[in-house]
Amino acid sequence: MDYIFGGISEAMRLIVSGDGEFWSIVWLSVKLSSISTLLASFLGVPAAFFLVLKRFRGRDMIITISNSLMSVPTVVVGLFVYAVLSRRGPLGDLALLFTQVAVVIGQTLLILPVVISLTVSTIRALDKSVRETASSLGADKKQQLMIFFSEARFGVAACLITAFSRVFAEVGVSMMLGGNLRNYTRTITTAIALETSKGEFGLSIALGIVLLAVAFAINFTFLKFTKLYRTAE
Amino acid sequence: MKKMTAMMLGLLILASSAFTEDKEPVKVILSTTTSTYETGLLDYMLAPFEKENNCKVHSLSLGTGKAIQVAKDGNADLILVHARAAEDQFVAEGWGVNRQDVMYNDFLFMGPKEDPAGIKNAKSATEVCKKIAEAEQPFISRGDDSGTHKREMSFWKKLKTKPESGKDSWYMEAGQGMAATLKIADEKNGYVMLDRATYNFQKENTRLVLLYEGDDELLNPYGMIAVNPEKYPSVKYDLAMKMIEYFTSERGQKMIADYKIKGEQLYFPNFKNPRAAK
Repeated sequence: MDYIFGGISEAMRLIVSGDGEFWSIVWLSVKLSSISTLLASFLGVPAAFFLVLKRFRGRDMIITISNSLMSVPTVVVGLFVYAVLSRRGPLGDLALLFTQVAVVIGQTLLILPVVISLTVSTIRALDKSVRETASSLGADKKQQLMIFFSEARFGVAACLITAFSRVFAEVGVSMMLGGNLRNYTRTITTAIALETSKGEFGLSIALGIVLLAVAFAINFTFLKFTKLYRTAE
Repeated sequence: MKKMTAMMLGLLILASSAFTEDKEPVKVILSTTTSTYETGLLDYMLAPFEKENNCKVHSLSLGTGKAIQVAKDGNADLILVHARAAEDQFVAEGWGVNRQDVMYNDFLFMGPKEDPAGIKNAKSATEVCKKIAEAEQPFISRGDDSGTHKREMSFWKKLKTKPESGKDSWYMEAGQGMAATLKIADEKNGYVMLDRATYNFQKENTRLVLLYEGDDELLNPYGMIAVNPEKYPSVKYDLAMKMIEYFTSERGQKMIADYKIKGEQLYFPNFKNPRAAK
């Protein structure tokens, strides 16, 4: 039991003392996850709107594939990108493997299906009622679409937060593509894996606490923000 | 009523047979380093031991740092690791008893074929590190507190310097196992220090080539220690002692020497080379 309490007190010390390496690991995790989430939203949100609003052959197939890719294991995405970026792979000359860029590529691919699928179902839930109301109130096609976007924004934001949580907490892609290089590609989760394997529970627990705290802070801010916005309306 | 009695009787027989069943093999937990496990040496060594002693050995394959920690936490019966200083501390602090030299292998350096730091002609392992540092060529360290990492750190200590991942752009700490670290070195076109077993296994999977070997500083002795039953009374102390005896016996030592992969001997029994036990 000693080591658990020892770990927790060491964790508190690290969090309070402003240990440089500790906070740079946290910052790197936040940075990489944010970039990946942004990239995935730029690609995924328009794709989702397109999938809902346009009717074409194979649409349902794409949505089904995207849905199933939501549960793809992180190591499989890691493996795929690894094979492409490795020196022996097709993009080997770029020397991208084991860099931050590689992690971002992998993470973006990992959550792209999450963004697409969740956004699709969010919009679909809104779709009918919003458009019917809008048109019964006499809005034209363009106005309908604007109302539609504005109604969808909280739902979409919630999807993006889910996507962020997924990359922020994943370890497979970061480990395989980043390589856990100290002060370069070491993120919260890869550091936890390493420190635990070294038997250093303090740092692991501290990082775990911060991981949860960041996730909580983001969700809490979002909740407050939506509430504020909705009451203001 | 008769049915009831019959059922009770049946249950009783079942229950008593569960208690008298003594053929169930005893479980022994060996906490060890990834290399001994990955090379298949353990399976090879343990199969006859398990048979003769009616036990089942569960090997936890971990980095040396964690392998020792797990034993300190009372989750293993004995350890087989390679980090002399940490082993001595483990015994000195009372966690383990009966440390025995078992075998050794050695470390070597791999790097890009062109050898930009010119380590091929170095006179010692320490000089290899010095040359890489001076040439500021990429060097990928295990960085995971493993026996291999500890050995590498001892060279930097001799040079009275401590390269830092992130600050010194050429020096990177992977914080991963040997095979993963070698892959990173391959991708970064850098140097790496690794154990011979991993080298034999991986040499065809990498573009890097063997550049330096053979220095005494690179010998890598393995030790076996039983967990102290005074610290954890539940440990299988007798079986742990038996296993250590088995590994260090003439028969065990010969088996270690005979173990080959792709025609190459991976580990060297200790009694042949006492200098390795230093």
